[in-house]
Amino acid sequence: MKIFEPLRRYGMYVVLLFLAAFFAATSEAFLVPANLFNVARQVSMLGIAAVGMAFVLLVGGIDLSIGSQITMVNIVAAWMMVEGHQHPVVACAAALAASSLVGFLNGWTIASFRMPPLIVTLCTMTILEGLAYIISGGIPIFGFPRGFSVIGQGYVGPVPVPVIIMVVILATGSFILEKTYFGRYFYAVGCSEEAAHLSGINVRRVKYLVYTLSGLFAGIAGIVMLSRTNSGQALAGKGFELDVLTAVVLGGVSVNGGQGKINNVVAGVLILGVLGNGLVLLNVSQYVQMVTKGAVLLLAVGFDCYQKSRPREAARAAALAYD
Amino acid sequence: MRACKAGRRGCSSKGRDTARLPRTLGQAEVILQLRHITKTYPGVVALDDVTIDIASNEVHALVGENGAGKSTLIKICTGAVVPDRGTITVGGREFRSMTPRRSRERGIAAIYQDFNLVGELSVAENVFLGRAIRRGIVIDRKAMAEASRAIFDQLGIPINPNELVKNLSVAYRQVVEIAKAISQNARILIMDEPSAPLTSAEVERLFALVETLKASGVTIIYVSHRLDEVVRLSDRVTVIRDGRKIDALDTRDTDINQLVRLMVGRELKETYPARTSAVSDEVVLDVRHLHGNGLRDISFTVRRGEVLGLAGLIGAGRTELAELIFGVKPMTAGTIAFKGKPVSPRSPREAIDLGIGLVPEDRKRQGVVLPMNVTSNISLAILQSLSAASVLKRRNEERLARRYCEDLSIRTPSLEQAVGNLSGGNQQKVVLAKWLAAGPELIILDEPTRGIDVGAKHEIYALINGLVESGRAVLMISSEMEELMGMADRIAVLAEGRITGIVDRAGFDQERIMHDASGAPARGIES
Repeated sequence: MKIFEPLRRYGMYVVLLFLAAFFAATSEAFLVPANLFNVARQVSMLGIAAVGMAFVLLVGGIDLSIGSQITMVNIVAAWMMVEGHQHPVVACAAALAASSLVGFLNGWTIASFRMPPLIVTLCTMTILEGLAYIISGGIPIFGFPRGFSVIGQGYVGPVPVPVIIMVVILATGSFILEKTYFGRYFYAVGCSEEAAHLSGINVRRVKYLVYTLSGLFAGIAGIVMLSRTNSGQALAGKGFELDVLTAVVLGGVSVNGGQGKINNVVAGVLILGVLGNGLVLLNVSQYVQMVTKGAVLLLAVGFDCYQKSRPREAARAAALAYD
Repeated sequence: MRACKAGRRGCSSKGRDTARLPRTLGQAEVILQLRHITKTYPGVVALDDVTIDIASNEVHALVGENGAGKSTLIKICTGAVVPDRGTITVGGREFRSMTPRRSRERGIAAIYQDFNLVGELSVAENVFLGRAIRRGIVIDRKAMAEASRAIFDQLGIPINPNELVKNLSVAYRQVVEIAKAISQNARILIMDEPSAPLTSAEVERLFALVETLKASGVTIIYVSHRLDEVVRLSDRVTVIRDGRKIDALDTRDTDINQLVRLMVGRELKETYPARTSAVSDEVVLDVRHLHGNGLRDISFTVRRGEVLGLAGLIGAGRTELAELIFGVKPMTAGTIAFKGKPVSPRSPREAIDLGIGLVPEDRKRQGVVLPMNVTSNISLAILQSLSAASVLKRRNEERLARRYCEDLSIRTPSLEQAVGNLSGGNQQKVVLAKWLAAGPELIILDEPTRGIDVGAKHEIYALINGLVESGRAVLMISSEMEELMGMADRIAVLAEGRITGIVDRAGFDQERIMHDASGAPARGIES
């Protein structure tokens, strides 16, 4: 298993490197600063939402409603700005509050009634998608105030604004997991809910927090998307949760909870970005891209489960021998 | 015996040996022979040149501390692990290694601590799992039920073959495992800590069952921590330590003290270390007429510096009582006074903040977070107070962990080691460290030494003494009567959710406590 050793240690960065090298070799347009910033901008929404999904997976859950929350934020913010004539800041704040609330409701339902997260968030997804159609009538909402486009399309120097937002969110996520006590709770709850509970951790509150944050981050991703596309659409976030899930799992966050780090999630996000960008540059059709993405997710989960199934006999034996 | 080691078979010429050896190895056929078995993992030798003869139809006990190599040895017999060197001879045929299938065909079956049963299937379906009796493509449930019933009759234990396994108690599940082995015509049955999850009464039945199996010609390899059982049940004992075979003895020529000495490699002076402090008069926990969680009208007190033992059969409500006091489950009536103030903790957090700690029954599932490292486990209950503005002070956390690792002599290669990799005894010490760090005044211990080897048990006892000597109160639940009588200042006995007796140290008497635990009318209850 020597080949897997660097994979385990440096995670998906090795894969990312190989992938980048491949596209650099096959396409002249790939390794150009402008294109690399382009990749970063394209993955920014993915990276923002991935932090929330990573948190949720860490505590042993899943959030399939991320895509539909993005849609909801699109519609709500767009509707408030265009139909309600609200200032963009007010509209965005209201939209973020709405997505956080939906996230909290997810967590509340899951933790208080012990319902399976997969089903709860699937229901949330369906409900939100339906609501988005009802509110918008399926017609795109556009004509936002000037200045709103800065969030999605602006630059600070050469760096796109969405990339800055993504970096801030990723850093926040990493800070929460590495430095704060409640970040540690995420791991404890994900590894063993019962042991966490008996150690005085309020497991329910941890879940409320995690799903609320997932909603909030999805909301921020939604605002960025709205600002980029300049129109609120009922299909805006359709299927986005699966991209996010792929990125997070690629980044080594265990689907069984309790394991994962944000800096590896960054690698997962970048792999998806580079893959998407590279395939476009190579003129690969969108449908082939879908096939590729699905296969990549399968491989990532497979590797995760394969690692889990291998008993760490050596480590265990060594520790016991020390006893 | 030792002198005879060189030539066992040739040793039957003088004195007592003549009487002994023919019974075991002289005439009896050797049914299973492990020769020069060596197994190494990176960095550690799990088994080092181990040679063991198992005679046909004997009860052969295998004893050793955790990590001594017992389970590796079992796995080599069942084919789950392939040895680096050595041979395995079963029924006259020599193998370099076993495979699970080959092992089964040769009549070897193992019953592990965590059973291999499917809860949602019936008893009969479990007995014939993977070998269902069929008529054409249809499963013949009737035939399977009858065949299972025949086996249970033979064992003398009535189990309904159509019952779902998930509805059975642990003891009955074990019998189902045994029936499964019998239905596979197992000639050699390996039992790994079979008595660990059982109550005293159930253990007696297990012993009877082992005798029945032996009478029907089955050879039994009995792996256990409980040396009193080994001495009672086995014909011969093999002691392993640090991956080496230390000795193989005839059980009737040895006793518990000698076995402990061989296992640990040192003499344990007394099983229960003496305590230097006296119980104070100050009542820390005062429970009155408590109801809830299946309990009825529970009243008792625990004083500073006291170990109050809690005896009772499984299901008597001991763990349930711990859950009430620790705020896991709500009480419905009655009062709990902690340090003189009435309290009603509604969550473990509230209980912890009051100054109560719980070392739970199921160490691996409830006590420690297995994948997390030693430091994180020790700090888990007080993370919030180790933080400023939500940010963990890593340095303080590490200092805390290091201190408790030293104080409790937790043996780990590093503080970053995952707790799941430590031995049971060290895991339990990590749980204790977690509570010591939280600074509780009452610690509830639920089966604190379950599945822990002799040496580590002794250390845990010393730690419990340290707790009360430093002025804490301890409520200790245990299914091992001897342990309770050795450690407790008083023992409260629970039966069917009620307290049926509270006994002072002077009045400790195993029979009386068992009498109370079986649900007899209450005697000597405090007001």
